Amino acid sequence: MTTEIEKPNTPHIIVSDLTMAYGDFVIQRDLSFTINYSDIFIIMGGSGCGKSTLLRHLIGLKSPAKGQVFYGDINFWDITPDERSRIMQKCGILYQKGALWSSMTLAENVALPLEEYSGLSHSNIKEIVSLKLALVGLAGYEEFYPSEISGGMQKRAGLARAMALDPEILFFDEPSAGLDPVSARRLDDLILELRDSLGTTVVIVTHELASIFAIGNNSVFLDAETRTMIAQGDPNRMLAETDDPKVKEFLTRGESAVERVIE
Amino acid sequence: MQAQSKIDFSHFSADTLHAAISGTWKISSKLPAPEEVLNQLATDPRIKNIIINASDLKGWDTTFLTFINAISKECQKENIRFEIQELPKGAKRLLRIASAVSEQKDAYQKRKRKSFLYMVGDSAVVFGTSIVDMVSFIGEASQAVVRFFFGKARFRRIDFLIYIEDCGAQSLPIVTLISLLVGLILAFVGAVQLKMFGAQIYVANLVAIAMVREMGALMTGIIMAGRIGAAYAAQLGTMQVNEEIDALNTMGISPMDFLVLPRLFALALMMPLLTLYSDLLGILGGAIVGVGMMDITPMQYFTQTQASLDMTNISLGIAKGGIYGIIIALAGCLRGMQSGRSAAAVGEATTAAVVTAIVHIIITDGIFAVLCDALGI
Repeated sequence: MTTEIEKPNTPHIIVSDLTMAYGDFVIQRDLSFTINYSDIFIIMGGSGCGKSTLLRHLIGLKSPAKGQVFYGDINFWDITPDERSRIMQKCGILYQKGALWSSMTLAENVALPLEEYSGLSHSNIKEIVSLKLALVGLAGYEEFYPSEISGGMQKRAGLARAMALDPEILFFDEPSAGLDPVSARRLDDLILELRDSLGTTVVIVTHELASIFAIGNNSVFLDAETRTMIAQGDPNRMLAETDDPKVKEFLTRGESAVERVIE
Repeated sequence: MQAQSKIDFSHFSADTLHAAISGTWKISSKLPAPEEVLNQLATDPRIKNIIINASDLKGWDTTFLTFINAISKECQKENIRFEIQELPKGAKRLLRIASAVSEQKDAYQKRKRKSFLYMVGDSAVVFGTSIVDMVSFIGEASQAVVRFFFGKARFRRIDFLIYIEDCGAQSLPIVTLISLLVGLILAFVGAVQLKMFGAQIYVANLVAIAMVREMGALMTGIIMAGRIGAAYAAQLGTMQVNEEIDALNTMGISPMDFLVLPRLFALALMMPLLTLYSDLLGILGGAIVGVGMMDITPMQYFTQTQASLDMTNISLGIAKGGIYGIIIALAGCLRGMQSGRSAAAVGEATTAAVVTAIVHIIITDGIFAVLCDALGI
C-alpha cells in the first residue's frame, strides 16, 4: 500500500495547532495546515512574521512551544533525535545564504551527504556531483571554494547540495532573494521540473510575488500583527477570493495602500 | 551662494502665530532650530494656531521635514492647530509617506530598563545554565570520542591534518620565542638569589625543574589558548552565523563529530609535543644566562640539568600539556558553538573562549600542584 500513499492529494506534512515562541515571546500561534505529496507549498507573509521560524520548526532546528508537526503519521517532535535525523535525511534544505561549508570546495560540499549516506563508490559520487552542479548551472565550478563565487552562485550550489540525495521534500528559505530576475526565473523552472519529474514535495518560504503565483499550488499566509495565519490555499485563488485587506495588499504588492498614501 | 534660511514671526491676532519661512533649508546651511517656534509658544500661552508660510522657501531637503515634524509633534501634544501653507509638493508627499505606517508603540517597550534585583537574578540563572551547558558539552564530546573509537563517528582526514599543521608547525615560532624568554627570565631571577650563597650552579636545577614541571606546559597552554582556542571559536561562530552548522545538523551529520573531534584530537596530540619543545627551549634559555654570565661551563650546566630531572618531572609536564590541550579545544569549540548569529557575537565567543581556557588551565594547574604535593611527586 506504500505506493498508494505517495500519490498527490495525500498529506505529506501536517502541522496541527502549532504555537512558536522564543521564551515568552509568541511568534505565531494556532497554525494548522497540510502539505500534500508533490505540492509546491508557499509560506508567505511580511518581514518578521515568523516564516523562517516556521521553517526551522519543520526541519527540526527548533521545537514547538505547543502543537505538533507530522511527517506522514509520525509525530516529528515526539520521536528521538536519531529518528528525527533519519527523517531529515529524506529532506533537502536550501538556506537563505546558501550555508555552504566554507572550508570545502563546491564538489566536496555536494559530495558530503552522498559519502555519508549513499554508500556509492568515489567515482560514482564524482559523476553525481558533476550532474547536480550542472543542473543548477554551475558545471565546471567543482573546485571552487564558496568564498570565490558570487552570492547567487553560492545559492545555486546550496541547491545542488540540497538535491544531492534526491530528497522527497525540498525546503527553500527565500530562494530568489539576491538572485537576478533571470536566475530567479530559472530557479522557479527548476523547482517545477523537480516536482514534475521526481514528484518532490517542495516547501518554500518567500515573499517573491512572481514566484508565488508562478509555481505555488498551496500556501499559508502568516500575519505579523495578529500573530497567526489568516489565509491558506492556492495563491492564485487566494488573490481572487480573499476579502482580507492585508492579504490583498500583500498579494497586489500593496497597490491599494500606495494609492492611499499618494491620494 | 545659498540664501540665508530664517523664520520671520508676525502676530495678526492674539491666538495665531504666523511664521514665514524663507531661504534655503538644507543640511549644509545653518538652520534655525524648531525651538525658535516652540519658544514663542511657551512665552505666549494664548497661541492656539500656528500657520507656517513656506512660499519663500528656495530649496529644501529632509532636514526641513525634520523641522516641520518636530513642530507638528509638539503641536499635537499641546493641542494646537498647525497649518503649513505653500508647502512644496514633494515635501508634502514625503511627510505623508512618513506618517503612512503608524508608529509601532510596543517596539519601545522591549527596551525597558530592568530592575537591579531582576538583573542579579537573571545573571544567577544565566550562570547556572552556563555551567549545565558546559558540562553537557563535555559529556557530548566524550560520547563523540567513544563513538570515534568504535568507528561510528567520522570526519574528514584532511581537516584533521590541517588542524595538526595549524596547532603544531605553525605554532613553533611563537612557542620558541616565549619559551626561550621564560627560560632566560627564570635564570636571571634565580641567579640573583643564588649568587648570595655562591650556589650559581643551581640555576640549572631551578630552570630545569620550573620549565619542565610548570612553565613549559603553562606558557604553551596560554599561547595556544590565544592562538588556537580563539581561532576555533571564531571558525565555529562564523559557521553558526552562516547557518553552516544548521546545514550539518539537518543533514544528520553531528557537528560534534565533524567539527569538534578533529580539532580536539589535533590539539590534544600537538600540545604534549609542543610542551616538550618548550621545555627544551626554556632550558636552552637558562643555559644562555648560566654559561654566558655566570661562568658555568656548558658541560657543567648540562650535567647539572641532567641530574636534576627525572622521568616523573618530564612526564608530569607533558601530561599537563595534553590536558591543557583538551581544555583549550573544548573551550574554543564550546564558545564557538554557543555563539549568536552576529559579528559582535562571534567576537564575544572568541574572547570568552580565551578567558574560559586560561581560567580553566590555571585552575587545573592548581589542582595538579595540590595533588602532586599530596602524592609526593
